[in-house]
Amino acid sequence: MTVWEKLRPYSMVAPSIIIFSMFFIYPIFYMIYLSMFDWNFVSPTKTFVGLQNFKELLLDADFRQVLSNTTIYTLLTVTLTTGLALMLALWLNRKGVFHAFVQGAIFSPHIISLVSISLLWSWLMDPEYGLLNWAIGLLGFGKLEWLSHPSTSLVSLVIVAVWKGVGYNTLVFIAGLQSIPKDIYEAAALDESKPWTTFMKLMLPMLSPTIFFLVIINMIGSFQVFETIAIMTQGGPINSTNTLVYYIYEYGFRFFKIGYASAAGVILLGIVGILTIIYFKLLSKRVHYR
Amino acid sequence: MAQIELKHVSKKFKDDVVIEDLNLTIKDGSFTVLVGPSGCGKSTTLRMIAGLEKQSGGEIWIGGRCVNDTAPGQREVAMVFQNYALYPTMTVRGNIEFGLKNKGIGKQERQTLISDISEIVGLTPHLDKKPQNLSGGQRQRVALARAMVKKPKVFILDEPLSNLDAKLRNQMRTELIQLHKRLGTTFVYVTHDQMEAMSMGDEIVVMDKGMIQQADSPLKLYHDPVNLFTAQFIGTPAMNVMNIRDVQGLELEAADRVGFVGFRPEQALIGVNKNTEGYCLEGEIITSESLGAENIYQIKTGSGVFFVKTFLESLVKTSRVSVVIPYEHLYYFQSDGERIREVYIRSQQLVSAGGL
Repeated sequence: MTVWEKLRPYSMVAPSIIIFSMFFIYPIFYMIYLSMFDWNFVSPTKTFVGLQNFKELLLDADFRQVLSNTTIYTLLTVTLTTGLALMLALWLNRKGVFHAFVQGAIFSPHIISLVSISLLWSWLMDPEYGLLNWAIGLLGFGKLEWLSHPSTSLVSLVIVAVWKGVGYNTLVFIAGLQSIPKDIYEAAALDESKPWTTFMKLMLPMLSPTIFFLVIINMIGSFQVFETIAIMTQGGPINSTNTLVYYIYEYGFRFFKIGYASAAGVILLGIVGILTIIYFKLLSKRVHYR
Repeated sequence: MAQIELKHVSKKFKDDVVIEDLNLTIKDGSFTVLVGPSGCGKSTTLRMIAGLEKQSGGEIWIGGRCVNDTAPGQREVAMVFQNYALYPTMTVRGNIEFGLKNKGIGKQERQTLISDISEIVGLTPHLDKKPQNLSGGQRQRVALARAMVKKPKVFILDEPLSNLDAKLRNQMRTELIQLHKRLGTTFVYVTHDQMEAMSMGDEIVVMDKGMIQQADSPLKLYHDPVNLFTAQFIGTPAMNVMNIRDVQGLELEAADRVGFVGFRPEQALIGVNKNTEGYCLEGEIITSESLGAENIYQIKTGSGVFFVKTFLESLVKTSRVSVVIPYEHLYYFQSDGERIREVYIRSQQLVSAGGL
């Protein structure tokens, strides 16, 4: 065996390995490394501080609020998106021009850039001139502050996220529903199964891999929410919409506390890492049939 | 137990008429097989009986009760699907139990019923397994158990054996026949395989293009087909049919114009016996298949290519042969396929005189 023959396979995978290492592996380790230093991005000296950054982070009341904001945002977004998408999918899972149209319509936000969406919704949610306040005014309700009040700002962002995500989720659910063989429903009908029983005992269990996939994907996505916050609220008012990634961004690129931001990044990495591990652990147990 | 009656049943899918004015009585306790080529409407008929498909017109009666507006679950029928349609997320026990639970049968009784049924179909060791961990034959048994446990008046089986390999299919075939004997319930069985139909059914309904061609016992179908379709559908190889134009040396006299003359491959005699009175064909053996007990020849004659089947005879080696079909084994049909029974043969040629 010549040297070239030995090297050939490595040379084939080398480009992807190099790119992957440069842009994924190296930054991760560099971030973990930076999280133990005090550095402002420009000064030539980095001061080693050990786990000081983490200690400060966990003692910081703002950071704790950021964590709780992110968790609440994620829980609300994931439950609402998945739940709504499931209901929509059950309704849209049939043939017809109307259903195809609705399916296309609710999917369209998925292909629009988040920046446009954020601008659009900032305008819709404007307390004075927004379309939403006008609409609820017609229904006889008082005006809402939407993004401008700490009590409604986070929920407003959740609404935008659900609006954007529900179409894609519905599509995945419809695909899941269509993979259930028709004769299962017929067998259930002959077994005198009521619609609710069929849904709970047959459809839901058979959809569980789909539900699971969407929940995890949505969770990972929600934990990393950034664009809407950067454009619509900048974390405000009074820190009420500040989330992990936005917090990292602020400390890293506005206050230039790179070490501190990296420490927060490591915590985010940990959370998303745990979610991913759970996903793959449970994925291996998913239902296979035939 | 119940008799099933279909009265003037029709079925349309949009503008497509699948079944038109179908009248059929399925006798109580019979093993009735609906058989026909694909697209003949047999499955649709079955699904209408089960209530999975609503007929466009006509009435369906099960056990003296009109079930036109009865939900599938209320018709006291149980169905075995082609792909079994087991509930993949439930165990075997769960699959069998599901219908009972929906009926509101108590836990104690469910337990007894399940253990009885699984004993009968041999599933007891597999009760806690999921369907994906079972073999094809075992899944089939689960589907059967799920149907049986409900003690239905009618069993409906939609090509239940088509997903099994040949050996298992034969085994399940006998098991189903035994099961029918044991339960005495009405079985309605759909298949496209006429062999399966002949071997299992005590009543066979041959269907084509949404219409019943003939409903009779297996032997009657074989010996006395009412039309060309049934004659050609039942039997392997199929009945040989000649257009009357290609038939020479056979002068016929009948009330209706004869369009086709047919004979069964197994009733034709190859050569030799000079004293047999019959229609004689000279031809050349193209292929011969020997299956041990029987030999099947493909013979090319002036009137077309025919199959001839012989039993327990040595393989004919010569390539040119004369084939004799005794006159009483000739079938006559009008050009629209209708059978003509009263036919007199005016000039009976002698075999020794030669055919062509």
